[in-house]
Amino acid sequence: MGMMIQLQAKGIVFGYNSSPILKDVSFEIGPSKLVTIVGPNGSGKSTLIKCIDRILSPKSGSILIDRKDVTKMDRMEIARNLSYVPQSSARTFSSNVFDTVLMGRRPHIGWLSSSDDEEKVWEVLRLLGIEDLAMSSFGELSGGQQQKVLIARALVQETKVMLLDEPTSNLDIWHQLDVMNIVSDLVRKRRMTALIALHDLNLASKYSHGIIMMKKGKIMAVGDPASVLTPENIEAIYNVEVAVRSQSEAPFIVPVKQIKTNGSRPIPDNRPFTNGKRRNGFPRSISEIKGIKLA
Amino acid sequence: MAKTVRRTSARAGKRSRMQEAHDSFIFGRYLFMAAILTFIIILTGVIITLGPLDISVAEAYRALIDRLYPGYFDVEPLTKRVVWNIRFPRIMGGILAGFGLGICGCVMQAVLKNPLASPFTLGISAGAQFGISLAAVIGISIVGGPYLLIGNAFLFALLCSGFIIGLAAIKGASSETLILAGIAVNYFFSAMSQLFKYFADDEQLRLMTSWGMGDLAAFSWSKIPLILAVFGICIPLLMLKAWDLNIMTAGDDTAKSIGVNTEHVRIFIMLVSSLVVATVVCFTGTISFIGLVAPHMARMILGGDHRFLIPASGILGAAVLIAADGVAMNVIAPTVIPTGIMTSIIGVPFFMYLMLKGRRREFWA
Repeated sequence: MGMMIQLQAKGIVFGYNSSPILKDVSFEIGPSKLVTIVGPNGSGKSTLIKCIDRILSPKSGSILIDRKDVTKMDRMEIARNLSYVPQSSARTFSSNVFDTVLMGRRPHIGWLSSSDDEEKVWEVLRLLGIEDLAMSSFGELSGGQQQKVLIARALVQETKVMLLDEPTSNLDIWHQLDVMNIVSDLVRKRRMTALIALHDLNLASKYSHGIIMMKKGKIMAVGDPASVLTPENIEAIYNVEVAVRSQSEAPFIVPVKQIKTNGSRPIPDNRPFTNGKRRNGFPRSISEIKGIKLA
Repeated sequence: MAKTVRRTSARAGKRSRMQEAHDSFIFGRYLFMAAILTFIIILTGVIITLGPLDISVAEAYRALIDRLYPGYFDVEPLTKRVVWNIRFPRIMGGILAGFGLGICGCVMQAVLKNPLASPFTLGISAGAQFGISLAAVIGISIVGGPYLLIGNAFLFALLCSGFIIGLAAIKGASSETLILAGIAVNYFFSAMSQLFKYFADDEQLRLMTSWGMGDLAAFSWSKIPLILAVFGICIPLLMLKAWDLNIMTAGDDTAKSIGVNTEHVRIFIMLVSSLVVATVVCFTGTISFIGLVAPHMARMILGGDHRFLIPASGILGAAVLIAADGVAMNVIAPTVIPTGIMTSIIGVPFFMYLMLKGRRREFWA
């Protein structure tokens, strides 16, 4: 029985000059999975997302989608296979919401957008409940609305895999849940695969099928939330002592205190933690972790 | 509940309230462009009537149509000559210059993601001015004969943009760096021109000054085919990139993720638009205001879709330029004020008005 793999990264190395930002990152994700990448600031989460979408060019390694090599595709073909939701940011020239979302049809159309393309934009706007904003200027929207517009744009690209770069970072808790629910629904109903760089461990815990935990450009642990988000792992990765409770079967993390490192604390290297035990044989496929069923 | 109802009605082919609003917005864009075009045609007729020889608006149009269908109307030969050989070429020059500068400002602002980008702020005009000074004062030029001044202006304009494009291509410079480099180039060549002015005699000084102010007076039919040829090739190429420009305003990372090769598009646009600017500037001198402001006017009225924005910037540029030139020629007749001066004197208050009174929307978020 062949294991289905939607997105696969093999040995990705990225960096400027001598200090690589990503050091030999590999993983596999099955279809219809929501996977989050967590890790401290500067651990390479966003860089990994951008390397997968070839916004940044990795020094070595390959990325496969449906077993097709992304490094051999041109930009348009990548855009038909992978969509990317950036952190919402200030822009110089603001266009209205409809035009912003219509941009996502670019990989599928020539110079003229057909009424079919426009209908797809309307459908997605309705799906995300932002049809009424269609004529508003993107720059005038609230953070939560902007994030939904960016998701809508990625959605009209009609890709199997969606990459999101810290989609909840500027949002209040209502909108954090709103955005995560939208992505979660897409994964479940449209059988998409979502790979999300995320800071909030509790959101990651609540929504993820799998979690990739990174530090200093390396994957330190992979698995389902319960096996990755252990006090031992979090202490080793973040230098923070935490208490882990259980909240409707997902681990719930309460920070207790910082651990002063004095710079001498050894960082566990190349030996991922899973269920609090050291394991060899890394990298491991997420789809191997128990509790994740493949389609 | 409401959602279900709306979805069903959409499926039944009915368009929702927002869709209808959007449809009428698109229709408004076409309507606006048609209105400005009509305005240009009417303005052309009116401006032709202004001048020492009395010509009515009707006569003006008859004289123009007579050229296309000879003998269809009965037009006096003198009127015909004045309209066709003196007044109309100048207006055509204004329309073409305004159209080219407006479009170039629009695409430069888009690829550099900067509302301050224009042929003038990027140093292209200053380069052309330096070429003129060089030819006028020292007599150094790359082409000789009647094209001495024009050829020099053209080549130095391209030299400046070549420097900026080179910076983008080799160093992969960010749009902010390119703008800064452009402004630095602008200062350098302005200083060089000032230096030549300092040592110039009266005749050379007059030549340099009038050119620097930007004037359509020297425009004649012989120059139009060349401009049309350059426009005919370059502007469709710019229009073809309209989608990519839309997407690039959202930032390079986003643009790449949607399939746009941002480095290539940026270099291509700068290359093609500099060619257009150099062609316009070498015939008209520095008319600085149009390239900066026409795109902003268009953006305020039409929104950010470059499929509309590019042509609208051109049409608005043309309209503002010929209107200003019409005033410049007649406000203290028989003295004709240089076009570039009047463009700014009339254009800036109009622009300020649009900025303050315009619809309350964020155009430069």
